[in-house]
Amino acid sequence: MMKQSLLSVRGIAVAAVLLMLALLPVYSHVTGNIFALTLFTRVLIYALAAASLNLIMGYGGMMSFGHAAYLGIGGYAVGILAHEGILSGFIQWPVAIAVSALFALVIGALSLRTRGVYFIMITLAFAQMAYYIAAGMARYGGDDGLTIYKRSDFAGLIDLSDKVQFYYLCFVLLIAAVYLIHRIVNARFGMVVQGARSNERRMQAIGFPTYRYRLTCFVIAGTLCGIAGALLANNTDFVSPAIMYWTRSGDLMVMVILGGMGSLFGPVFGAIVLLVLEELLSQFTEYWQIILGPMLLLIVLFARGGIDGMLGRRDHD
Amino acid sequence: MLLFIEQLLNGLQFGLLLFLLAAGLTLVFGIMDMVNLAHGSLYMMGAYFAATFAAWTGSFIVGVVLALGATFLLGIVLEYVALRHLYGRDHLDHVLATFGLILFFNELVRVVWGPEGLSLPLPSWLTFPIRILPGVYYPAYRLGIIVVSLLVAGFLYVLVMRTRIGMLIRAGASNREMAGALGVNIKLLFTVVFGLGAALAGLAGLMQAPILTVQIGMGENILILAFVIIVIGGIGSIRGAFIAAVFVGLIDTLGRSFLPDLLRHILSSTAASTAAPAISSMLIYLLMAVVLVVRPEGLFPASRR
Repeated sequence: MMKQSLLSVRGIAVAAVLLMLALLPVYSHVTGNIFALTLFTRVLIYALAAASLNLIMGYGGMMSFGHAAYLGIGGYAVGILAHEGILSGFIQWPVAIAVSALFALVIGALSLRTRGVYFIMITLAFAQMAYYIAAGMARYGGDDGLTIYKRSDFAGLIDLSDKVQFYYLCFVLLIAAVYLIHRIVNARFGMVVQGARSNERRMQAIGFPTYRYRLTCFVIAGTLCGIAGALLANNTDFVSPAIMYWTRSGDLMVMVILGGMGSLFGPVFGAIVLLVLEELLSQFTEYWQIILGPMLLLIVLFARGGIDGMLGRRDHD
Repeated sequence: MLLFIEQLLNGLQFGLLLFLLAAGLTLVFGIMDMVNLAHGSLYMMGAYFAATFAAWTGSFIVGVVLALGATFLLGIVLEYVALRHLYGRDHLDHVLATFGLILFFNELVRVVWGPEGLSLPLPSWLTFPIRILPGVYYPAYRLGIIVVSLLVAGFLYVLVMRTRIGMLIRAGASNREMAGALGVNIKLLFTVVFGLGAALAGLAGLMQAPILTVQIGMGENILILAFVIIVIGGIGSIRGAFIAAVFVGLIDTLGRSFLPDLLRHILSSTAASTAAPAISSMLIYLLMAVVLVVRPEGLFPASRR
């Protein structure tokens, strides 16, 4: 499927973006532009989070307005372990993955009982709860957040303090996640989840226990986002409740919709465009959000399907 | 005991204020099927308008009246320019578009009024305490908020259930096409309803303004609370919004004032003072989660409206 569409406009755009992302550290090394590297490390991490949200939102029709919770859970897993003196990434990361999966399981099991806008609101409620839990943990900085003095230690396998190595770690994880999502949505499992989005009752009538399928999908997405959280905590050397605040969940949704919901690389485009735009506009004027806000409105009104929608009709991912 | 009565009244006052915000939201949500995150921005604009107009005219009352008119107009303009093109779209489109509007309004306020907050001083005839029970005094202004909010709630009930406009609103909500075919100007009706919701949000904002400072982003936390309320109450139900708002106001206020002391019995005092505000903020979301798990459509689903 991916090979077939390689010559289309979309295929060329995706290839160009991936090539650019792959070569960015080279550019940054040659020109000495460290800033681009820092910016795009952040872009890759958010692209991973947005891609995970796209799995449930775009393919599964589950409009989670609390996805940033898993960023925080993954981040706090790393931060708290580091604070307690456990620096090994071989412990930190599996814990981050396990804890975010566990949270996603509980949140999903309760939230998936509701539909539509109620689902949007209940996921938001759980994320806000996670936010307040983090703000209430006096031992781990409470409201002020937790500084991480040493990044995850992978015993010489990879050095996260090295900007280039860290960038490529994020890049590889993003590509792996997108590939995983590609495999999931094209597998029988993904077909059932997409079928449940279109007509859940019919899927149940055929005999699929849709609740279990949707919940599994929800947990996979939460877990992927938890990994993004672990990356983010390492990237900023800091984790605070603010990364779980509802506006952050909003940002993730914006990335997905901007890029094109339910398209494989859409969230990657969305993350690049939103974060780069933010950066450019903030150089141009201090009040950049006054431009970004109406821009979002215009995109919703006139550019349905997001960036992916501009690349022509989709054959299907 | 005195403290308890006072906090109970504070909770009621906060709940009623939340009701004003939630009523507009639930009207717009229930009738136009529109998720409006920018409702909190209208709350903020109401407070900013009131502070500005009161400073210009030197009169609290004139400032308040002008601010109400201004938020009503702002709501109408907003509906006309942007939001009416979003009716019938996916809820997600609403969320994204109005999220953009929040960013816009926050920055607009920063450009016009600067990053520091404003204050809206109370006139002297509202600052004295009133004796409500023997030995129990309560600030006149907070009592005023309770009275005004109850009056507005009554007005809304009469407007929606007992007048011709209310009948048209309900008709437009249950079947838009049919009401339109019968000659009701649905577009105009929706615009007016949106303006009304905006004015209610503005009223809540300007009444809260003298108690808290007027600042950027003041509408965001409270907007989420208002959403929680309409979800608990059942979307589109004003009665549900009223009951849920009072509940949420009481839980929030009582939790904040009594939880720290309760927690001190089981935790060290520093841990308690950090954990208590967090837990009391969480209680509301917990309530919503429990309600949704037990009754996925809220307490008073709008179909029974």
